[in-house]
Amino acid sequence: MAKSTSKDAQALIQSLRSAYAATPTNLKIIDLYVVFAIFTALIQVVYMAIVGSFPFNAFLSGVLSCTGTAVLAVCLRIQVNKENKEFKDLPPERAFADFVLCNLVLHLVIMNFLG
Amino acid sequence: MAGSLAGFLVLVLAVSISEAASIFQPISDSHRSAALELFAPTDGSFGSLEETYEALRTFEILGIKEKPDITTGSCQSVSETLGSSSSTTEDLFHALKVNSILKCNVDEEIFQGVASGLKAVVNDASSLLDFYYSIGSLVLIKDQTSKVDALLGDADGIFRSIKALSQSDGRWRYSSNNPESSTYAAGLALEALAGVVSLASSDLDQSLIVTLKNDIVKLFDSIEKYDDGSFYFDEKLVDAREHQGPLSTTSSVVQGLTAFASVTSGSINLPGDKILGLAKFFLGIGIPGNPKDFFNQVNSLAILESNRVSVPLILSLPATVLSLTKKDQLKVKVNTVLGSSAPPLTVKLVRAFISGSKDSSVIKSLKLEFDPENAVHFLDVLPKSVDVGSYQFVFEIVLDDSVDKKVYATGGQTQVPIFVTGVVKIDNAEIAVVDSDLGSVEAQKKLDLAGENSVSLSANHLQKLRLSFQLTTPLGSIFKPHQAFLKLRHETKVEHIFVVGNSGKQFEIILDFLGLVEKFFYLSGRYDIQFTVGDAVMENSFLQDVGRVELDLPEAPEKAPRPPLQPVDPYSRYGPKAEITHIFRAPEKRPPKELSLAFLGLTLLPFIGFLIGLLRIGVNLKNFPTSALPATFAVLFHLGIAAVLLLYVLFWLKLDLFTTLKTLGFLGVFLMFVGHRILSHLASTSSKLKSA
Repeated sequence: MAKSTSKDAQALIQSLRSAYAATPTNLKIIDLYVVFAIFTALIQVVYMAIVGSFPFNAFLSGVLSCTGTAVLAVCLRIQVNKENKEFKDLPPERAFADFVLCNLVLHLVIMNFLG
Repeated sequence: MAGSLAGFLVLVLAVSISEAASIFQPISDSHRSAALELFAPTDGSFGSLEETYEALRTFEILGIKEKPDITTGSCQSVSETLGSSSSTTEDLFHALKVNSILKCNVDEEIFQGVASGLKAVVNDASSLLDFYYSIGSLVLIKDQTSKVDALLGDADGIFRSIKALSQSDGRWRYSSNNPESSTYAAGLALEALAGVVSLASSDLDQSLIVTLKNDIVKLFDSIEKYDDGSFYFDEKLVDAREHQGPLSTTSSVVQGLTAFASVTSGSINLPGDKILGLAKFFLGIGIPGNPKDFFNQVNSLAILESNRVSVPLILSLPATVLSLTKKDQLKVKVNTVLGSSAPPLTVKLVRAFISGSKDSSVIKSLKLEFDPENAVHFLDVLPKSVDVGSYQFVFEIVLDDSVDKKVYATGGQTQVPIFVTGVVKIDNAEIAVVDSDLGSVEAQKKLDLAGENSVSLSANHLQKLRLSFQLTTPLGSIFKPHQAFLKLRHETKVEHIFVVGNSGKQFEIILDFLGLVEKFFYLSGRYDIQFTVGDAVMENSFLQDVGRVELDLPEAPEKAPRPPLQPVDPYSRYGPKAEITHIFRAPEKRPPKELSLAFLGLTLLPFIGFLIGLLRIGVNLKNFPTSALPATFAVLFHLGIAAVLLLYVLFWLKLDLFTTLKTLGFLGVFLMFVGHRILSHLASTSSKLKSA
């Protein structure tokens, strides 16, 4: 039972990896970026858990900056993905321009909140 | 203007002080020292010839010997002014006035030239000031040299043309086209007319002089008066261009009047008290603070002293406080305004009465004796009816020689306030503690109020404290002082003041402690006794600590009033305040530095992971445009994003929101432009790729 479970898990991961290998490179870059942002946010949360939330606005800025940019990156990924028929007419350059603009606005707010 | 105003204020002040009854002191040494201070030359000379004359004339009148030596410099400027053809008549007039005192060595020919020039001015003159300066100058030339002919041929005509400027009320206009009349101008006109009379080569029409005398009498109708008996002239016009204060106006009229009186025969019908009033006005000013006022005062007084109308005599007292105990004599001085001695005369004490009760006179008609050595009229012994107190003495000056009566103005009766003081004798002073119910004396102490006292008493609330004494004047009558107070002061500095009343001969106060317990706030303990008797005419007024009384009062009931808080020492208000300590929020606990730095390193780890991931995926820059223009735009786009991020960092570190947004606006426009260019370029290449 235990053996078969580990085998199943291995087979599952194997199939996942093979399926993921088929994704285009630009989408992989975005995924990597999202993972990077999430991990940075996680480290800050751990730090907060260890030493306390003072100064709270700095902590919020840091975490929101990471999650915000991760969300934006996910949005970019949705728009760029060619399999999403919904955004077929939208060129990826336009989506990237939106991503850059939203990031700049987000970080202006973050910097203001950082104090 | 400002000076005369200041003089006027001083005058008003002086008048308000001496309103009740006034004593005017003749010119004295304090004027001499003030003169030397006011007329101090700068760099060996005064500003102008006019100021030089005022200084020299003041020194001459006051008889100041050690005056500053300015003869050489002044004579030089006199010669220059007289010799110069461009000098105005006013300059010539002041130069000649200085010369009249200094007697500089001026050539006869210069005088001759000046005189003929002035005569031409006189004949053509139309304004009063032209007449005044030119005629005044001619008079001065006539006085200074006998060889030059300064006489006027057509004196009648000139007299009439000056007289034509006069007004019906005795005042004068400055010129025929100026409708405003002025009292100051009247003084100038009178002086000019006096000059015409003295310069006339033939006798003038006497009717002109008679009308002018009437004008003077009319002018004196407009004289103004203060309550203290001083008279003065003032300009009615306040907004006139050259407004003169009361001092210079009065001075001008006095100069004109006396100059005219000295050149005409026969008397001018003016009451002596007005002349005396004018003298009092000048003396009442005291010592003016500016040279012009000082000169006007001293010069006018000097003119009054030697005038032909009537010479004022000033009655003054060296001391207005007389001590009965020291047997002070009542002394009265009579002088002229400049302080020189008066003609033989008798001073009469017409009557004297106690201040505030005019009807009851204590002295009637006494003649004062004369001490020729000190030039003092005195009363050897005050009459028995004059006890200590404040009095009003009324004096009258009677001239011995009947001829003098026409020359001098004595001004009738003069009222002077006099204080008669003396040592008051205190008898039978004693302090005692008395039993309330029985009336028997518990303890009794004699007090010697002339010396030290230190009684020590004790009492309870069923007893009384009695203080009694008698006051008698040097003449033996009962004396009632203004103030007689008994003060009890508790250890806690709570004070109680009682007025000591009198019953007939005896002053007595009885403090019934039973009725006073509430007033004393039920405070038992030691009370210091302070005793005060005071009066302005009592030479031995005293405030004395007599001793102390130990009071035993009942316990305070619940609702008894609390003793008032003692007033805080006013000086403590200016002392240092208590230090203010500020309480700050305690800083939050911070984590150790190493931990924070470690997490800073940790946050870099995902980034490194991100970079490694990128390499693993096999990212490349093949899509980067290769042609020049799009490549430039691509580089600029990335630089623009970097610049915006750098701006954010700066915003965090030091910039404020406004500067950031301003800069961000420019950067944003730039970024939009280059971003649009590069992205549209990429889109077009990719679509081309697709279609291909």
